[in-house]
Amino acid sequence: MIDWMKKLFGQTPSSSTAKERLRLVLMTDHLALAPEIIENMKRDLVDVISRYVEVDREKVEVNFEREDKALAMLANIPITAVNRQSPPEPPPERPADPPSAIVESTKDEVAAPASTHAGAPPRRKRRKKPAASKAAPAQ
Amino acid sequence: MDSAVAESGQDDVATPVSDAAKKLGRAIVVTSGKGGVGKTTTTANLGIALASRGARVALVDADVGLRNLDIVLGLESRVKYHVLDVLEEKTTLDEALVKDKRCETLSLLAAAQTREKDDVDTGKMRELIGALRERFDYVLIDCPAGIEKGFVNAVAGAEEAIVVCTPEVSAVRDVDRVVGLLGNRFKPQLIINRLRPALVKKGKMLSVDDVNGILHLPLLGVIADEPEIIVTTNKGEPLALRHEGQTAAAYHAIAARVAGEDVPAPTVESKENFGDKLRAFFGGRKA
Ligand SMILES: Nc1ncnc2c1ncn2[C@@H]1O[C@H](COP(=O)(O)OP(=O)(O)OP(=O)(O)O)[C@@H](O)[C@H]1O
Ligand SMILES: [Mg+2]
Repeated sequence: MIDWMKKLFGQTPSSSTAKERLRLVLMTDHLALAPEIIENMKRDLVDVISRYVEVDREKVEVNFEREDKALAMLANIPITAVNRQSPPEPPPERPADPPSAIVESTKDEVAAPASTHAGAPPRRKRRKKPAASKAAPAQ
Repeated sequence: MDSAVAESGQDDVATPVSDAAKKLGRAIVVTSGKGGVGKTTTTANLGIALASRGARVALVDADVGLRNLDIVLGLESRVKYHVLDVLEEKTTLDEALVKDKRCETLSLLAAAQTREKDDVDTGKMRELIGALRERFDYVLIDCPAGIEKGFVNAVAGAEEAIVVCTPEVSAVRDVDRVVGLLGNRFKPQLIINRLRPALVKKGKMLSVDDVNGILHLPLLGVIADEPEIIVTTNKGEPLALRHEGQTAAAYHAIAARVAGEDVPAPTVESKENFGDKLRAFFGGRKA
């Protein structure tokens, strides 16, 4: 309905902008007020990733940033070693990813010695909203 | 995160059973987080509306240092003592309560203008509200803006909360925060203040559904942005002293709902002006 109006009049009613901003800002507020949730999520995240590579748990950082229309979770997970063997446990993903993470790290000057960053672009792993919005109502 | 309030509020005192046994009145804090959204205006009008139903109502100005409620009510010239005088036992509660001559069952306990919020002892404030609950059916506490000491003190003796929110991003955000701080214990209910239906219609203001789609609170009612309120504040004659007019009626309906009557939450209909109607008639079909 709003999109339809937007197309018709070529502009977004400011009330829907307000609503959207409010939605995002409250997600951020709720997350900031629920540090335990973030800690738990961080732990689980690292647990999963450690099935494939060795991770420096102490240096793991998880942040939330406003993207254009969503809240993004940015995780910085330094990798200290890559296991050559296939992972001990499921998921069906093949261990073809770790090498690419190393390649990534060579481009990345900020990385601490012997560490690398899981995942692609700038130097952080990016995940979209779902995790964040799920965490929000738990405030 | 509820600690600020939880620390200062003792849950066990406010069980419904003991209330019924002692016939204590209801202590309701009117709060919002953000400043200037209409807490004082709402407290004054709701107090008058409740009192005009025959209930004994005490209005407590907890905004120590920025006292306003007496002005809005038009009782400023009759205030001799204030909350802190009572808390510090410089006078009695009876001496300090100002009875409103226009509305016999309404009394005001003013705030100290020349003192600071830190001067108020939270425990004593809670006792004071307790003492008022023994004499009045309703104790409405006008909370200062913010979530610091003043808020904690205002909330200390209350067992229910009314949150006032304007349809603005910042106000909604602050209400969300305050409701988080209050927790479930205060059963917060919502009044949306200063709604401008014409703007909502044009998509230029958050609607009631937009606001409460985010806050999810029981809605007591909606008050329009009402130019008359400025006039009534100038005169110290709150709108609820009248019984005619949409906004006065809205305050009375909210009072009825607070009192537990099953009346619908007042809404604000768009008072379409003649221009709007003309436009709708001639140009409306295009859109
Ligand atoms: N429904 C309304 N329509 C028009 N003006 C209003 C309405 N409600 C409040 N106002 C005006 O808004 C201003 C702020 O109101 P008020 O003092 O009640 O807010 P408050 O939340 O108590 O502020 P503070 O946080 O400073 O204590 C006043 O000038 C008041 O007259
Ligand atoms: Mg005020």
